[in-house]
Amino acid sequence: MAKKTTLSREFLKGLWDENPVLRMLLGLCPTLAVTTSAVYGFSMGLAVIFTLVMSSTIISLARNIIPKEVRIPTFIIVIATFVTITDKTLAAYFPDISKALGPFVPLIVVNCIILGRQEAFASKNSVGRAIIDALGMSIGFTITLTILGSVRELFGVGTIFAVQIMPDSFEPLMVMVLQPGAFLTLGLMIGIGNWLNARRTK
Amino acid sequence: MTNLFVIFLSAVIVNNYVLVNFLGICPFVGVSKKIGPALSMGMATTFVMTLTSAVSWLINKYILEGLNLQFLQTVSFILVIASLVQLVEMFVKKISKPLYDALGIFLPLITTNCAILGVALFLVMKEYNFIESIVFGFSAGVGFTLAIVVMAGIREELELADVPEYFKGAPITMIVAGCLALAFMGFSGLI
Repeated sequence: MAKKTTLSREFLKGLWDENPVLRMLLGLCPTLAVTTSAVYGFSMGLAVIFTLVMSSTIISLARNIIPKEVRIPTFIIVIATFVTITDKTLAAYFPDISKALGPFVPLIVVNCIILGRQEAFASKNSVGRAIIDALGMSIGFTITLTILGSVRELFGVGTIFAVQIMPDSFEPLMVMVLQPGAFLTLGLMIGIGNWLNARRTK
Repeated sequence: MTNLFVIFLSAVIVNNYVLVNFLGICPFVGVSKKIGPALSMGMATTFVMTLTSAVSWLINKYILEGLNLQFLQTVSFILVIASLVQLVEMFVKKISKPLYDALGIFLPLITTNCAILGVALFLVMKEYNFIESIVFGFSAGVGFTLAIVVMAGIREELELADVPEYFKGAPITMIVAGCLALAFMGFSGLI
């Protein structure tokens, strides 16, 4: 059934219709934890893009030789390998970001988005399609995280990507960069997403 | 002894796994509609967490550090968790049918619960000894159970509330979780 959809549809569905965070509610832990600023949200997104695209490629190439019974452990090992590469690379070249993201880089292993795409898509489709799908999903994830990070940074510190936006007289709302702000902002974003979707389909 | 008590209090309340560290959000949103299933999920998680922390501490200390293979931490911990969950499932099925019926469907879900892998990673990061690790794993589980049961209690009441149409389900759950997190921040001065 997937064969009929065009490649661009395959890519675009990750951005909105099946946006992993806002519509599918997957990968919420890193979404909430790292978005204290736009930069961290964006970096987390990049790490997920790399891991998802690479694992989808490998799984899709190996889809005919992986026995059905052990597919989940196989997926996890492949994902864990790429996550380790990402983690060590970040720690070596971007120590500040690596420190800020903390355990959430190794925790990409159990990010349901990645395992979900292997199970639902990469293990059943050709390499090209799997890569396009992985790109769409992970870019959708990155955009969501960047927006969430920007909103929290804007109201919590008055900046976006460390650029001053709010006037000096603005009193920063500390709560936005603390834990409750993450839940509140994401709740509002999902709600607004639902509203936009309902308007569009009308 | 006081040390262990501080670890317990810190993991249950002050650094609550769900509300402060953002670990295990998926089951927290997914399985918190009713108090009963939420409690079962919490118990299953606590059980696996305690076991995981013991086993992964031993593996880290005697295999990974011994052979200087720390870069394999993520890979080996996730394998430990996946096989432990499988083992627990078979064990519970064998010894107690009612317990299996209560926990059964939640066990496979636990493999991808990031709180479990989080516990394994945290106890290495914090350099706990064996006993401390077990206490930490257990109290993280208790903290998770506390958060998910409180949430389920609120959501049962929320069924009766008049929530705006587009905020039904996940959005209102997030906002309630935000309020809960705000309440838990009050504990932050405790330790």
